[in-house]
Amino acid sequence: MSMTCDVAIVGGGPAGLGAALELSKLGLRRVVVLERFGEAGGIPRHCGHPPFGMREFRRVLSGPAYARRLVHAAEDAGVEIRTDTTVTAIRPGGVLELATTQGPQTLTARRVLIATGNRERTRAQLLAPGVRPVGVMNTGALQSMVYLEGKRPFSRPVIIGSEIVALSALLTCRRHGIRPVAMVETRDRPQTRRIDMVLARLMGVPVLTGAELLAIEGARRVEALRLRHKGEERRLDCDGIVFSGRFTPEATVARQSDMVLDAGTLGPEIDAEGRSSDPQVFVAGNVLHPVETAGHCWAEGRRVAQTIFRDLRKTPEPASGARVVPGKGLRYVVPQRLAAGSAATLNIRTDGAVRGRLVLSDASGRELAARSVRSYPEQPVRLSVPALESHALSGDLSLRLERID
Amino acid sequence: MDVAIIGAGVVGCAMARRFALEGARVCVLEAAPDILSGASKANSAILHTGFDAPPDSLELSCMQAAYDEYMEIRQSMNLPVLETGAMVAAWTEDEEARLPDLLAQAQGNGVTDTRILSRDEVLAREPALASHVRGALLVPREHVIDPWSAPLAYATQAKALGADFRFNAPLTGARRDGDTWQLETGAGPLMAKTVVNCAGLYGDKVEEILTGAPSFEIRPRKGQFVVFDKAASEHLRTILLPVPNDRTKGVVLTRTAFGNLLVGPTAEEQEARDRPDVTTPELEMLIAKAVELVPSLEAMPVTAVYAGLRPASERKEYRVHADAELGYYCAGGIRSTGLTAALGIARHVFALWSESNSLAWSKPNDVMAPWMPNLAEHLPRDYQIPGHDGIVCHCEMVTAREIRAAFDSRLPPGDFGGLRRRTRCAMGRCQGFNCLGRIASLAEGKLSAPILPEDAA
Repeated sequence: MSMTCDVAIVGGGPAGLGAALELSKLGLRRVVVLERFGEAGGIPRHCGHPPFGMREFRRVLSGPAYARRLVHAAEDAGVEIRTDTTVTAIRPGGVLELATTQGPQTLTARRVLIATGNRERTRAQLLAPGVRPVGVMNTGALQSMVYLEGKRPFSRPVIIGSEIVALSALLTCRRHGIRPVAMVETRDRPQTRRIDMVLARLMGVPVLTGAELLAIEGARRVEALRLRHKGEERRLDCDGIVFSGRFTPEATVARQSDMVLDAGTLGPEIDAEGRSSDPQVFVAGNVLHPVETAGHCWAEGRRVAQTIFRDLRKTPEPASGARVVPGKGLRYVVPQRLAAGSAATLNIRTDGAVRGRLVLSDASGRELAARSVRSYPEQPVRLSVPALESHALSGDLSLRLERID
Repeated sequence: MDVAIIGAGVVGCAMARRFALEGARVCVLEAAPDILSGASKANSAILHTGFDAPPDSLELSCMQAAYDEYMEIRQSMNLPVLETGAMVAAWTEDEEARLPDLLAQAQGNGVTDTRILSRDEVLAREPALASHVRGALLVPREHVIDPWSAPLAYATQAKALGADFRFNAPLTGARRDGDTWQLETGAGPLMAKTVVNCAGLYGDKVEEILTGAPSFEIRPRKGQFVVFDKAASEHLRTILLPVPNDRTKGVVLTRTAFGNLLVGPTAEEQEARDRPDVTTPELEMLIAKAVELVPSLEAMPVTAVYAGLRPASERKEYRVHADAELGYYCAGGIRSTGLTAALGIARHVFALWSESNSLAWSKPNDVMAPWMPNLAEHLPRDYQIPGHDGIVCHCEMVTAREIRAAFDSRLPPGDFGGLRRRTRCAMGRCQGFNCLGRIASLAEGKLSAPILPEDAA
């Protein structure tokens, strides 16, 4: 097995496979995808329901079928996918340390793409109260049990959260004879469009918003969730609890490799072309922006692949440009840096639902880009920024939200 | 049976090993599906020198005997020591003024390599500490161990010497019949000449069943902990201990053998013996405290949170006593130093037993030390050795081979917690987001308390 390659891609999900496919199509011969699981495809592998693939294959596919098509497309184009291969660190100079079934190895690449995706926050990270019985898990674990292993971990769970992935959890339950007892949201409104909650209503699952979790109960297995809702203490008897959403980047490799991370996303900091603080390392997909659709990540992977292809002819340089500083009411903005000379799209998350105007301005206060915004809580908000001249980039750029509600 | 040991916590495991090494036929009765299911599953994993233990106490002598024994046996059992040393750090003028007394106590307790560090020396050793630190007592031989592999090794050795471990077997009744105990358990009856009470949080209840009237009362004291991401362990090498005072206990900041950084415990009195709840405000307080002491931990991701219940009693000291005529021995009230002291407590109880019993047992000839799988981050792990059949849990780098080995071991896990403690699977950042499905499949049919509900298929 070769110890060198042109581009090493860390993570075989939609972003990584999209990038690999694109690089091969551009004529690059030695593209290697490093996938830690026994099978590439990423999270869609265990999302057993549609819709996937509209953007990529112009048809509606289930997650597993979509994942298989991504893998085949990359392999047919000549990409080498190494499964059961975990990248433990990326050293300066494009040196990747690998854990494989044959023991530790290294791989040296001219460029590296990190596409490690994201995961849901756990009950521990949310500091959720109570005891710790068996049966508390994330949607990801539920789906991998149901779709990959054919097991049913419970029959009447409570689903916590109301982001789109909570609806995915509901669908998973419905398909497998699992009857959720309730959907519980600690924030004061559903985190999707209100209309999406129709699904819960159709399934007869009550949605409790603005709830305060009091304790997870159960000696060995989950027995109940106690919470306060509308001023009243309630006990929801259940045999499982699914913590859904609240995605966070799977940024372990970046963290262990001492790359600069962004305090807003907790993923790597990049410029508009996807460069990280390491000159040879690029980043794409949900490790940058929890959370976007598989289709978005796939397209982003392809775009960054084009940059990497051009970059192979240059001397590597780290992310540069002026820093974009998000103001009050904004959770994060990606990319975190903008350079002169090319247009860019900022990917923004607000804190909760907002109505107002988003404004990007330079250090002197001059407006560079703006748009009105009316978002639901977890909605991706984009802001197109025209090519900037270098004098606009002499100091930090500020991104502010002018609320009108 | 010669000896029935009630409880398979760290003390019970060490007790089983000691009596088995002395030649006794031993049976361990455990109410839960696995060892280490009560107080022993949650602690700070520090191997203490006894520098701050009450002078001339049983606790001190047990800790120091156990420290030496652990160091003696650990290499033959492949048990790790993360050599960190500890600093009792002073953050106020009052605390600084107390350091000389602590030094004197440490020296008096025979921990003679302790010394006081100036502020500059402290910061040279730990540059990430908040700059308002004023000085510290350095305790070079306080170290970090694997809190689950060690007692598992004791139990495994006992089992190899013939000890019988019965799980899901709470003690429900007892009668002394001549020189023999007739014990009733959740898993059937048992006869034994001697009973050793190592029942931890239920020590007084077990004593009540055996003697009719307990001589002590367990008052559970809860300790909550927060485990930071592995990246946090770069920020602190030395165990950071608080200067004890009468009003607040203060929290410990320490690396773990598994490469994380731990902050805790709280000290909360409560009635319930079976409710180690985590509570959001206390967890937030612990995180804030950690950031106050090591400011670079700001925004550091949390990997896990947990709470343990210490089997404290109405008095501070260990509640170790014997009634030789009754064949009853009690190692109770081992409130917070049990992980360190267990081997010493076991020696002490055996010595008590020997005082009034002439030894009729013959010591085993061949004593093999069990070779424990290493889970410590600073030593080679299984995934680095070829042929491991793939990594199942990537956060903790646990291989399929390790999980299978746990099920094939002499003392296989009885529940998911036991599997986690033996392998570290699902103990990391994602807490099973990626691996729970695979683990549930690997564990199917192998745990007495399964991961999946009985009706799942």
